[in-house]
Amino acid sequence: MSSVSKFASSLLLFASSAMCLAAPSLRVCADPNNLPYSNDQKQGFENELATLIAGDLGMQVTYFWFPQREAFFQKTLNSGVCDVVMGAPSGLDEAATTQPYYSSTYVFISRRDSHLHITSFDDPRLRMLKIGVHVLGEQDDSLPPVHALVSRGIVRNLVGFSIFGNLSEKNPPADLIKAVTDKQVDVAVAWGPMAGYFAQRSKVPLDLTPIAGDPANPQLPFSFAIGIGVRQGDAALRQRLNAELTRRHAEIERMLRSYGIPQLSLAAQIAPPTED
Amino acid sequence: MDRLACISRRLCPYAFITALAIVGVTSAAQKNGPAAADGMTTNIPGELPTVHLVSPVADGQWTMPAGDYGNTRYSPLDKINTSNVQNLHVVGTMSTGIPHGHEGAPLVVGSTLYIVTPFPNNLIAYDLTKPGMPQKWIFKPNPDITAVGIACCDVVNRGASYADGKIIYNLLDAHTVAVDANTGKLVWKTQVGDIHYGETITGAPIVVHNIVFAGNSGGELGVRGKLTALDLKTGKILWTAYNSGSDQDARIGPDFHPFYAKDRGKDLGIKTWTPGQWKMGGGTVWGWISYDPELNLIYYGTGNPGVWNPDMRPGDNKWSITIWARNPETGMAKWAYQIEPHDNFDYDEIMENVLVDMPWQGQMRKLLIHPGRTGFVFVMDRETGELLSAEKFEPVTWANGVDLKTGVVSRNQDKDTHFGKYTKDICPSSTGAKEFVPSSFSPKTGYLYIPAHNTCEDYMGTAVNYIAGTPYLGASVRMYPGPGDYQGEFMAWDVANARKVWSIKEPNLPVYSGVLTTGGDLAFYGTMDGWFRAVDDRSGKVLWQFKTASGIVGNPMTFTGPDGKQYVAIYSGIGGWMGASALPSVSADDPYAALGTVGAMRNIKSYTQPGDLLYVFSF
Repeated sequence: MSSVSKFASSLLLFASSAMCLAAPSLRVCADPNNLPYSNDQKQGFENELATLIAGDLGMQVTYFWFPQREAFFQKTLNSGVCDVVMGAPSGLDEAATTQPYYSSTYVFISRRDSHLHITSFDDPRLRMLKIGVHVLGEQDDSLPPVHALVSRGIVRNLVGFSIFGNLSEKNPPADLIKAVTDKQVDVAVAWGPMAGYFAQRSKVPLDLTPIAGDPANPQLPFSFAIGIGVRQGDAALRQRLNAELTRRHAEIERMLRSYGIPQLSLAAQIAPPTED
Repeated sequence: MDRLACISRRLCPYAFITALAIVGVTSAAQKNGPAAADGMTTNIPGELPTVHLVSPVADGQWTMPAGDYGNTRYSPLDKINTSNVQNLHVVGTMSTGIPHGHEGAPLVVGSTLYIVTPFPNNLIAYDLTKPGMPQKWIFKPNPDITAVGIACCDVVNRGASYADGKIIYNLLDAHTVAVDANTGKLVWKTQVGDIHYGETITGAPIVVHNIVFAGNSGGELGVRGKLTALDLKTGKILWTAYNSGSDQDARIGPDFHPFYAKDRGKDLGIKTWTPGQWKMGGGTVWGWISYDPELNLIYYGTGNPGVWNPDMRPGDNKWSITIWARNPETGMAKWAYQIEPHDNFDYDEIMENVLVDMPWQGQMRKLLIHPGRTGFVFVMDRETGELLSAEKFEPVTWANGVDLKTGVVSRNQDKDTHFGKYTKDICPSSTGAKEFVPSSFSPKTGYLYIPAHNTCEDYMGTAVNYIAGTPYLGASVRMYPGPGDYQGEFMAWDVANARKVWSIKEPNLPVYSGVLTTGGDLAFYGTMDGWFRAVDDRSGKVLWQFKTASGIVGNPMTFTGPDGKQYVAIYSGIGGWMGASALPSVSADDPYAALGTVGAMRNIKSYTQPGDLLYVFSF
């Protein structure tokens, strides 16, 4: 190769990399296998939201796929491999969050043909029924509805499902919903977005009842407001995202509805708890 | 004896000489020592006349994780000793290229040194006969990268074993491999766990007779703890002993005789849980395994129960936080002792079990010494499982002591954690008074040299967390240095008298390295800010130290080179659970990151940066 053509090809290389720079990336860390949030086929509402916002900002979405397990924020957002995580609850220590774009609650979920209609933790049937619950990985953690049950002495009839499930299956946390349709459990308590999405697509009709609160445990939150997670201190990006979320608010709400996500009015959301 | 020797005279001529030397003293030992069932009990030159080690020590080579089956980590090599150690200097360095926690130790077999790297778990062989100890070959197993997203803490590996011409070790993606020690070619590879359910392996296997023993990790994710036995020749799984479930699953049969009533009963691995919860029972096996050739029993401890929230698992949660004695061929249990029923604090008790015969209150006993995460040094009769002593070696508030008659720990109920209950001053913190990093026992002093922590924690239940798309209000734990104004301590513990003899305190960082003792009257250990030290094993005086590039979380080892010289080696590469705070991805501003350890390790980034080196020292 002559020195001229070498020079030309390096110019070409330069040009193509300059073109890449011209369409900057919205670098997203996301779970490759966890609908309704995201998957590597980009079928989740977080994928759709990322595409929408990136388009507005004149950016391209690039993904860093990583299962959302222990130390997820540490290993992804905070290690610098991406700039946003499309879902993060307000008040999270490990990331700063934009204004919330939805708020949802925990729900009771059961088969419609079982006619259970459980609305309260004090329903005496909860002492007899098999109750499916997600169990988590961190020390002493469990979900607020599980705390509410355990505080009433409802322990022996809980059936635990690892929230991490089996990674070789699609959407592992959805094992819990499958347990309801398969009659492994009579009722489950589950986070609304996942329950709503799979209930909408279930061949077996399912009933969802939002859990508004537990009068016996007023400190327990059952609803959480979700925004986009950015690194602490990344105020500029946070502001740009806030502006888009405000502008696209109605559209985002419609989009979430199409995924079956039970939404609370954002105005009615419960303030995130603070540490004492 | 042959179990420790190498396969051919050609590979390690000098090892044969030392092996013969040990045979020579064996007969002498048998005259004045306890009756040795099959002549395996050996006396070591210079050892206390009443102390007997049950298996050959690492005399020249280092062929298994601890150097010896008894997990003494004692080597009689004495060319490096108290009179000349100040002349020690670096004679070789090797880089693995992977800046994560370098736990465990390399092996030396014949004239080759072997390193297993953190994920992706490469095996690198180095030629000790050539100047600069150059690389001979590298074996890349290419484990499934999914494992990286699953491992709880850091992508570490704690080492390998050598047997029958093969290097055997575990991969993070829950496989065990055997690699030809000469050629670096894969001999067999066996899946022993399922990463899709959160199961990984970080621990090192050992080989007894023709059987490989591999544990598992992932108790945080609801994995069911187990020990798997594999055929050394083929890698075929021979048996699996679970730490929850039926007696059949736990390989408990008619020969099972726990010393204490609390550990007796049918199917306790099911009955001590709420229905079905044992299926996520935790109790993983990620620490060290010992073997007593006379009693023909293996010993190991199990980790925390699965589903960390104790309110969700009323009962003893057997067989978590338990020490097992098992027959290696059949896997059947001889005894078990659950140290902490219904764990509240994540006190894995996978620590080393050091096997020593020595007098105990005037009578010769077969001891198992277990310096525990719970803050007690447990001394047991390893034949029967009787607890002889449980003394605190660091500040402990969760329990007052252990009743030796019943084996029951007296808990301080105030310190038990429940959601929504703010609990202060739990000591030790869930990192324990000591982590998996192994102690060493010198038969010359009768002391156990313990790398210890002094970290306490406050427990609160009010932080927002998020996992797998699900937000919740989680418990959070804040760790901080315990009473006494120090955080780490390296101590000599007089086993017979259950007391601390001397200690070296580290004001700012836990001692998170393993320990080596030698016939040169030296104890070697490292610090998390990178100092590698040789200490007079009787006085605790630091005789020599060298600042390595990164923090030390590995285990020192020693060997005789092809040139006849004695060498000492140590990894320098901060990481692991506590050391993870030094890795770039962990923010020191978040006291709850790295499962709460950052609070205790806030300043570590100002002391050290990640590294990937092995240092080799000699004259």
